[in-house]
Amino acid sequence: MENLASIFVKGIFIENMIFAYFLGMCSYLAVSKTVKTAVGLGAAVIFVLGITVPINYLLENYLLKEGALAWLGEDFATLDLSFLSFIMFIAVIASMVQLVEMAVEKFAPALYGALGIFLPLIAVNCSILGGALFMQERQYPNIGEATIFGLGSGVGWLLAIVAIAAIREKIRYSHVPAPLRGLGITFIITGLMGIAFMSFMGVEL
Amino acid sequence: MSTAVAEEVKEEVKKEPLFSKKNKKLITDPLDDSNPITVQVLGICSALAITVQVKQAVVMSLSVLVVLIGSTFITSVLRNMIPSRVRIIVQLVIVAAMVILVDQVLKAFVYDVSKQLSVFVGLIITNCIIMGRIEAFSLANKPWPSFLDAVGNAAGYGLILIVVAFFRELLGSGKLWGFQLIPQSFYDFGYANNGLMILPPMALIVVGVYIWVQRSKNTKLIEA
Repeated sequence: MENLASIFVKGIFIENMIFAYFLGMCSYLAVSKTVKTAVGLGAAVIFVLGITVPINYLLENYLLKEGALAWLGEDFATLDLSFLSFIMFIAVIASMVQLVEMAVEKFAPALYGALGIFLPLIAVNCSILGGALFMQERQYPNIGEATIFGLGSGVGWLLAIVAIAAIREKIRYSHVPAPLRGLGITFIITGLMGIAFMSFMGVEL
Repeated sequence: MSTAVAEEVKEEVKKEPLFSKKNKKLITDPLDDSNPITVQVLGICSALAITVQVKQAVVMSLSVLVVLIGSTFITSVLRNMIPSRVRIIVQLVIVAAMVILVDQVLKAFVYDVSKQLSVFVGLIITNCIIMGRIEAFSLANKPWPSFLDAVGNAAGYGLILIVVAFFRELLGSGKLWGFQLIPQSFYDFGYANNGLMILPPMALIVVGVYIWVQRSKNTKLIEA
């Protein structure tokens, strides 16, 4: 249990998807103009990461990894399909996003109204595929830890995008040099926030 | 019958030389006026994460160049056959196949760089430049202009990557391409490497400053 908590906190603060790895920067910059839409997109990212990371974990461990096919019989025990992992992961993500979109539309129309346009965008959000690839690289021992890692990264992403959206809402009233307005100042503020987040790196968990 | 002939003639007239003015613009525009990173805001993730060393940046730009050319060319050839409802998945599969090829080549020939790039080679799949150019350009254009557009955009991307990596490596570790550039005598006088440049947040600030410089020279890019 302690272990799970530490993975969760690590995903949010220490290995924050935005500030430590710059994953999902494109939508982070494009959809951070108002806090409301930022919360919507962040929630959708948590949702999709929480679903796709465990599914990709199962795929990785029972299909792709070297020796993962041992359950099929001895002939398959030496097979290594890991070169297929990119295509499998992205296919899972794209199809899961479609499925999730349909399910949410059917069973939770209110949530669909809120997330609506953001769900399809998420298929090409680097943080989702990044979550799957980090999961593969770090080799979590069981599916529980992988799921918690996915959720933690999602929460970290939400935190980052909501924070920058709030700052951007306020900065509209400040006097920024003309060439820096918009994109430039957003980059620099994100950099400064990143420096602040680096103070978490010393935390031992 | 006659209309068919007329159309063919029209087609003939429209045909332009391989490097017409319009086609040249496809290559030069993305370097400045519509740079994929600083103006279109595409493909930021990888641009920031792998600019600690010039070598990584060059390898990454070349990989993106190959993937972008391959995938835009293929989608452009297939553009009339892809049903628009499932186009995202089709595009992702094409891009993923190209990325697997590049990944295997990198692993075979420059293993150490490929280890340093870690997940970012795989993340070329979701690099917005690729999907963005496929969606915005090659789905509606013939293979040759798509090819030029791909070369231009990959060059614009590589330009930013290499500039950022140049400053980060030079100021952060006093090296370029892994060679010590700042002589030992400087260090003896008390010069110190700026360790902050190696850390991720400085990449954002360097890109921010680049945008600042670019927009103060090219004032039509300034946002209201």
